[in-house]
Amino acid sequence: MVDFLATYLGTPVLIVLHIFAIIMPLLGSVAYLTYAERKVIGAMQMRRGPNVVGPFGLFQPIADGLKLFLKETIIPTGASPVVFLAAPMLTFILALVAWAVIPVNDGWVLADINVGVLYLFAISSMGVYGIIMAGWASNSKYAFLGAMRSAAQMVSYEVAMGLIIISVLLSAGTLNMSAIVEAQQGLWYAIPHLPMFVMFFISILAETNRHPFDLPEAEAELVSGYNVEYSAMPFALFFLGEYANMILMSGLATILFLGGWLPPVDIAPFNWLPGIFWFSLKVMALLFVFIWCRAAFPRFRYDQLMRLGWKVFLPGSLIWVVLTASVLTLTGNLPE
Amino acid sequence: MAQSQIRNFNLNFGPQHPAAHGVLRLVLELDGEVVERADPHVGLLHRGTEKLIEHKTYLQALPYFDRLDYACPLNMEHSYVIAVERLLGIEPPPRAKYLRTLFAELTRIYNHLMNTTSMVMDVGAMTPMLWGFEEREKIHEFFEGVSGARMHLAWFRPGGVAFDMPEGMAERILAWNEAFTTFLDDFETMIDENRIFKQRTVDVSVVSQEQALDLGFTGPCLRATGLAWDLRKAQPYDAYEDMDFQIPTAKSGDCYARYLVRMAEFRESQKIIRQCLENLPDGEVRSDSRKIQAPSRAEMKHSMEALIHHFKLYTEGFHVPPGEVYAATEAATGEFGVYLVSDGTNRPYRCSIRSPGYVHLSAMDTLMKGHMLADAPACIGSIDVVFGEVDR
Repeated sequence: MVDFLATYLGTPVLIVLHIFAIIMPLLGSVAYLTYAERKVIGAMQMRRGPNVVGPFGLFQPIADGLKLFLKETIIPTGASPVVFLAAPMLTFILALVAWAVIPVNDGWVLADINVGVLYLFAISSMGVYGIIMAGWASNSKYAFLGAMRSAAQMVSYEVAMGLIIISVLLSAGTLNMSAIVEAQQGLWYAIPHLPMFVMFFISILAETNRHPFDLPEAEAELVSGYNVEYSAMPFALFFLGEYANMILMSGLATILFLGGWLPPVDIAPFNWLPGIFWFSLKVMALLFVFIWCRAAFPRFRYDQLMRLGWKVFLPGSLIWVVLTASVLTLTGNLPE
Repeated sequence: MAQSQIRNFNLNFGPQHPAAHGVLRLVLELDGEVVERADPHVGLLHRGTEKLIEHKTYLQALPYFDRLDYACPLNMEHSYVIAVERLLGIEPPPRAKYLRTLFAELTRIYNHLMNTTSMVMDVGAMTPMLWGFEEREKIHEFFEGVSGARMHLAWFRPGGVAFDMPEGMAERILAWNEAFTTFLDDFETMIDENRIFKQRTVDVSVVSQEQALDLGFTGPCLRATGLAWDLRKAQPYDAYEDMDFQIPTAKSGDCYARYLVRMAEFRESQKIIRQCLENLPDGEVRSDSRKIQAPSRAEMKHSMEALIHHFKLYTEGFHVPPGEVYAATEAATGEFGVYLVSDGTNRPYRCSIRSPGYVHLSAMDTLMKGHMLADAPACIGSIDVVFGEVDR
């Protein structure tokens, strides 16, 4: 067996197995994230959430998935079919491939590349294409407006996010995800970079189009935004993509600011638990805040969102980059 | 290269739209995201209520009023029964007056719950809506308790109310009234000072006091511009004279001001409810005139006259002396008026309805011009339109 895996034929098989080992739990998490969201919001709104399908409604995500799978895919007459169908696929693929560089535990990563952060950033920037294509190909006014908003929003928040990440990179001195986590041994970056952590979290809310920045799918004015014309599996792909992105971004925040798989303190009872446990716990905590925000906040208006992105976050993160660089240089702590 | 014409973008906001509050069709002319022109279309829910009423007896016409503004059904009935009473020249007994005041205020809370929470939901916060609907459900139970119906009560009658409250109802309403304060506090903490909510509503759709008067605004929309005009104080009807309450006003006349006025009105309504229940007089709940009110079932068993009255009332209805009258009450949305012309028969010759929602909706273009598409739901929410009443 070991011999076979070392051959030319075996390597791809090994990689495929790796990929499955990432994607299967990921899709499971996505399904149960929707369940958790409904339960948590339900509790906050003094209702029960799903409780009919299976014990405690636990089979609800499966039933929902099955329903969407069995439905007919409707392509509107005015739509451009190729682009219309390519858009959800692109969104979904991008949400999955990004996971290649996320280390969930020490060494548990598909591609431990040296430009991990750049790769992730490149992939998440491409996410906007899926939405633009969907909005354009649907040939519907609501979808079009939603797509335009989404494009503007994602582009503007990515700029701020890039600068925020630079502060972390300056402190860690590497673009490799695992190395960034290792650099946080002893002190998570959330503590020295607290303002950046808060801004990063707000930016990922905007980046994933979640409340209070869910303008592209603002139900009140755009009905559902860019995905209004979608049904069945194409819709499910958008949906899965959106939730996979939420998990991805929470994972990124965990790696950059919350010390990835590292336990909170490196002493006896904490470091007995495997790293994956701490990683999942941190991601779940962030996801809970995602859901909490959705229950608690009204939605921003388009111009207010742009103002926040360009006039507050961009200068703020820029100043912090300069500050970090200066402090590190003056104290002689700049990594090699 | 030929100069290309840049054309504004037309968007059909509704009639099937989650934020359109019913069947509003709003044609928006958009320049990017900025609304250049808002053109509300009415009539999608037109049922010819006014004409139908001309062919119904005075009592049969009553249930149509529940179906006008179904978010505050009893307020609608209130104007009508007062109009009929004025034509007949009768006064309801004091207990009936208090009961009507009590339930008119419950209806006001019922309506404002729907309006404020759905306005908040339209700007994106969905939690208060679900909290508010639980309170609304409790009010539904009171409605059901007195009339048997949860929404379309037909409980106010010319000359009083249909039935007295069941035993224990007063205590239950009082207990709920106290507990409702907690809900209001929670709601206010969550939304009132929320920065995003303020950004979305402050300075959006501003109307000055002068403009508001020119446009015919009444109710919370007018009071949000600073004018303390309330028919409950200006022309007291039923038991409002005996009640001690304030007229909440706000200054700025924007969406936020309208929201705040409604929030303050919750507390004033609570005060009125408490006073009504504490001072509720005993006695009859319907006028004792047998020409208007049917006799009791027991009386019909031994009195021939009662049987005749019963028969006449439920076949022919009562006759109303010739004349005309305009009766207006302060409904939750604004001044709801009923203009009745009687020719002395058992049916109204003409019934004209002044609905506040229609007037407020007609100001849509003034309110929306120059604002963004995202402000449209906030604006529609803040003027509180219900299409049953707008289209009649």
